[in-house]
Amino acid sequence: MPKDSGIGASSKRREDVRFLTGAGNYTDDINVHGQAYVFFLRSDIAHGRLKSVDTSAAEGMPGVVKVFTGKDFEGVGGMPCGWEVTDKHGAPMQEPPHPILAQGKVRHVGDPIAAVVADSLEQARDAAEAIDVDIEELTAVIDMKAAAQDGSTLVHDDLKNNICYDWQLGETDDAKVDEVFANAAHVTTLDLVNNRLVANPMEPRVAVGEYKRGTDEYTLYTTSQNPHVIRLLMCAFVLGLPEHKVRVVAPDVGGGFGTKIFHYAEEAFCTFAAKACNRPVKWTSSRTEAFMSDAHGRDHVSKIELALDAENNFVGLRTNTYANLGAYLSTFSSSVPTWLHGTLMAGNYKTPVIQVNVKAMFTNTVPVDAYRGAGRPEATFQLERVVDKAARELGVDPIALRRQNFVTQFPYDTPVALTYDTGDYNGTMDKLEAAADLAGFAARRAQSEANGKLRGLGINCYIEACGIAPSNIVGMLGARAGLYDAATVRVNATGSISVMVGAHSHGQGHETAFPQVVADMIGIDESMVEIVHGDTSKIPFGMGTYGSRSLAVCGSAMVKATEKVIEKAKRIAAHLLEASEADIELKDGQFSVAGTDKSVAWGDVTLTAYVPHNYPLEVEPGLEETAFYDPANFTFPAGAYACEVEVDPETGQVSVEKFTAADDFGNIINPMIVDGQVHGGIGQGIGQALLENCAYDENGQLLSASYMDYAMPRADDVPFYGVDHSSQTPCTHNPLGVKGCGEAGAIGSPPAVVNAVLDALNSGGKAVDHIDMPVSPSRVWAAMNG
Amino acid sequence: MYSFEFEKPSTIADAVAALAAEDAQALGGGQTLIPTLKQRLASPSALVSLSGISEMQGVCVEDDGSVSVGGATTHATVASEAANTYPALAALAGQIGDPAVRNRGTIGGSVANNDPAACYPAGVLGSGATIRTNTREIAADDFFEGMFSTALDDGEIITSVRFPVPQAASYQKFLQPASRFALVGVFLARFADGVRVAVTGASEDGVFRWSEAEQALNTSFSPDALMGLHVNPMNMIADLHGSKDYRAHLVSVMTKRAVAACS
Amino acid sequence: MTQVSMTVNGKSVSGDVEGRTLLSSFLRDHLSLTGTHVGCDTAQCGACVVHVNGEAVKSCNMLALEADGTDVGTIEGQSNADGSLNVIQQAFQDHHGLQCGFCTPGMVMSAAALLKENPRPTEAEIRKYLEGNLCRCTGYHNIVKAIMAASGQDAGSIAAE
Repeated sequence: MPKDSGIGASSKRREDVRFLTGAGNYTDDINVHGQAYVFFLRSDIAHGRLKSVDTSAAEGMPGVVKVFTGKDFEGVGGMPCGWEVTDKHGAPMQEPPHPILAQGKVRHVGDPIAAVVADSLEQARDAAEAIDVDIEELTAVIDMKAAAQDGSTLVHDDLKNNICYDWQLGETDDAKVDEVFANAAHVTTLDLVNNRLVANPMEPRVAVGEYKRGTDEYTLYTTSQNPHVIRLLMCAFVLGLPEHKVRVVAPDVGGGFGTKIFHYAEEAFCTFAAKACNRPVKWTSSRTEAFMSDAHGRDHVSKIELALDAENNFVGLRTNTYANLGAYLSTFSSSVPTWLHGTLMAGNYKTPVIQVNVKAMFTNTVPVDAYRGAGRPEATFQLERVVDKAARELGVDPIALRRQNFVTQFPYDTPVALTYDTGDYNGTMDKLEAAADLAGFAARRAQSEANGKLRGLGINCYIEACGIAPSNIVGMLGARAGLYDAATVRVNATGSISVMVGAHSHGQGHETAFPQVVADMIGIDESMVEIVHGDTSKIPFGMGTYGSRSLAVCGSAMVKATEKVIEKAKRIAAHLLEASEADIELKDGQFSVAGTDKSVAWGDVTLTAYVPHNYPLEVEPGLEETAFYDPANFTFPAGAYACEVEVDPETGQVSVEKFTAADDFGNIINPMIVDGQVHGGIGQGIGQALLENCAYDENGQLLSASYMDYAMPRADDVPFYGVDHSSQTPCTHNPLGVKGCGEAGAIGSPPAVVNAVLDALNSGGKAVDHIDMPVSPSRVWAAMNG
Repeated sequence: MYSFEFEKPSTIADAVAALAAEDAQALGGGQTLIPTLKQRLASPSALVSLSGISEMQGVCVEDDGSVSVGGATTHATVASEAANTYPALAALAGQIGDPAVRNRGTIGGSVANNDPAACYPAGVLGSGATIRTNTREIAADDFFEGMFSTALDDGEIITSVRFPVPQAASYQKFLQPASRFALVGVFLARFADGVRVAVTGASEDGVFRWSEAEQALNTSFSPDALMGLHVNPMNMIADLHGSKDYRAHLVSVMTKRAVAACS
Repeated sequence: MTQVSMTVNGKSVSGDVEGRTLLSSFLRDHLSLTGTHVGCDTAQCGACVVHVNGEAVKSCNMLALEADGTDVGTIEGQSNADGSLNVIQQAFQDHHGLQCGFCTPGMVMSAAALLKENPRPTEAEIRKYLEGNLCRCTGYHNIVKAIMAASGQDAGSIAAE
């Protein structure tokens, strides 16, 4: 029987009531008395030298408060990168400056040149049009491989070339890798592109900066997944402000998907300008502006080679990837193609020799950083495409080939730096085969063929590393931050609880799921527990929400803090019950003495903590505890996905007819929310596979600059999804045994879709090896007729 | 948006007078114009809304049996009110944009804009409709003059569009996946005196008639009659969503489907 | 500036606006009805959908002055008289039809318009009708399910659960 409350219950989301009635409080809903508006004048050319920026005409325009250019920020820090990658020769990555407003050069379409603050947005925009900018246009560096050549135009004049780093993971001895491939019975090779994407949370970014002269205090309201990280980066590296004078608030945030992790120039600008103008300053991104200023995702070009022995065992894997970082290093961009990508190349398989090579490139495009999955979808796509191709080349069943090579013994040390603590890949595949009714596929294919359509089945397995991770390890790998999280459990006198958490909820349902844990531990009603998040003035220093980490890391901190609270409450209860602390049990909100009928209620104990008349003298009054939790390892969610598509052979149109996901997320707190997370990830993965394509022309003009050309998945592009998460191997090292579920769908679905399309085409007699994403009708038709 | 004056006359005469002002522009449903204004790609001195002119609203059947659609009639209204009198036209209107767009967007606005990927130009040209303005009547064959270009003079208002009703007709639209305009759309109408085939979305010259297909179908009205017939890919649009060859191929496929739907 | 008057959620309102003021701006900035969201500038995302004279329209793609004299409904006016969630809103909560909540007002308003016109839509009809409403969180699964449930159909019977 499903539970109706606590851990494991599909509690309805309490936050929904405000969202469903128009009572949410998103950043753009916040208007501060006296606020002015900023409009950023952005470069419309991809690469150029700024010869002059004349703002004199603009300054006198109606309503203009102040006009800023790069010169106004010469003494101010630039946007920092939070992860230093060391290249394969031991050198640190090349790290160019990233000014708030362009200085010397513009490096991508959308690079901000000037900012006008005015009484109204339209006035600011009018004035921006009066700014006279003289730019000497330079050759745009767009193609990654060309950018790596000696003699290529430099994106950053002070760097030695356009290569941020040339990085390697796994086997360092090239000769050994060569030998494995030379001795292999079969080698499958694949060149592929992981298409550039735009995260596109439905809420565009917004920042409102406020400064109070009387107290010298700043407040920044911003659309962020991690307000404390923004405060730290902005204060310590950009503006040089003391953190205790700066409050960062991320209120209701309308989706993030990674792109709202990063500290953006507009946030620092609004904070800076609020003081410089002595007025609150508000910026609301238009969607068009978002396409050229939100960090993009993916954009890898890879060659992957898989070596198999005569029994079809995987014996070696080698990858060579070019990763586009765009014009500047975004906050975590350097970590994505390396530690979030190379480390996942083992996948679910016990391949003994793996070598991963990554060249990260600067180009004249929008910076690229983490987008849902961040590196792990890129790894999974390469691996699962090459495994599928190998199965086709060898004429073996793609599921059998995968099963044969699965890791089955845990813990398992991969050749690429990870230790998988637990998993059951065969068990999860069993769940998939049943849930997806793979036995019925042949009949469904026959039906499709009778209707003139080709039908294909695509299988995919994935593993991801979530809940990033022990701070000491990530520190060695180059992270410039700790990756713990924090929670404060504040019990009020009458027994209700406020939990202040470092994680941020922007769709994940923390306000509902987190209380389920605390309430379950104490045995009180969920409604007694409330989550507070998103405001640095209220919450302890936590690292926010990304990388499917909220429950595994922040949830663990919350459990630890709750345990401390319970422990202290037991001491108080023992005093009230005149018993030994060791004999006190807590169940259903009642403290009782073991083996007796003596008990005292939760509320009586909490009241005693704050009205300590009859109270143990050695115990401090009050009931509030904080815990910081630094995980011992990543968590390793894994799964197996099946996609069935129909292809219209006349037009190349692909339709997803059936999609089934079997995931192992370990223990689950709220199954309804977990299902929803998987659905959303699959929707985005189908989008990447079939529709979404962020494209530049050779001059660096963004071709997909609005929803007119960037194809977002719509309701009629996707089917109902089947989701099974009954395969559960709990995480071995966090107190809840949870692994994280936010990114799985986006990681696991693109290869399944593409594998399905290729299966369909091959079933129709078209020997097509590969089609790059998005697998658009045009590309399918070209492949069929190529 | 740049600043502009807003006027909403209630008669055609008042609208014509208002549009005589320098840089005044007519506003239909605004579903294309307002996004254009947001990008500051247009700077009219005044927008003259045509939505308050009751004589430009609605669908009616004229004495000769043709269907007349008022220039300010929304796509949603055409989709419902023409469903019995000209089902293929109603079906076309029901495929434009999305429901909320269809509740605002108008036939006059769409036809006057002549977006090369819009649906209505195919329906108007494929039907051999007549565009009626405040000053004259213009045959569809003379109206569309290439991408975003029409025979309309400055300040001239489309008051209605008169559609002769064919024996059978079908609109086959292949979606551009992002905008949901037509990557290729084919409107085919079979009249007693011949077949008309109009193609939108495909050509750099905007909507066009595929005369070779018309001739073939006049000889034999069946999908097979189109075997081996192709539009010249050279004149097709190439973009992120499809090559010239692909669009040329789709023109054939969509035309065959339209014939099949009419057979 | 021109005065505009309309009925919003049953209340008469008026204000002075420019020709270029959008209906969405009038609702959000003049009336502080911030439940109507703006998620794009090309009339595609649908976060701004409201009802004008009972019909769904994209309020960021309509001038406020075009709504003069009309009856406008927004998400703030959707709840039952006692403040409880209406059938559609309740179905969205029951079936987890929202995550970040940003597209939700537009989804609810579009769903209401759909069910008025087609009280028992099929799955395909729902998906087609939502062509103009983008959601980035849910993969649409639970939105479609919620609308089926709100129309009195058994959402539990959806095969692919």
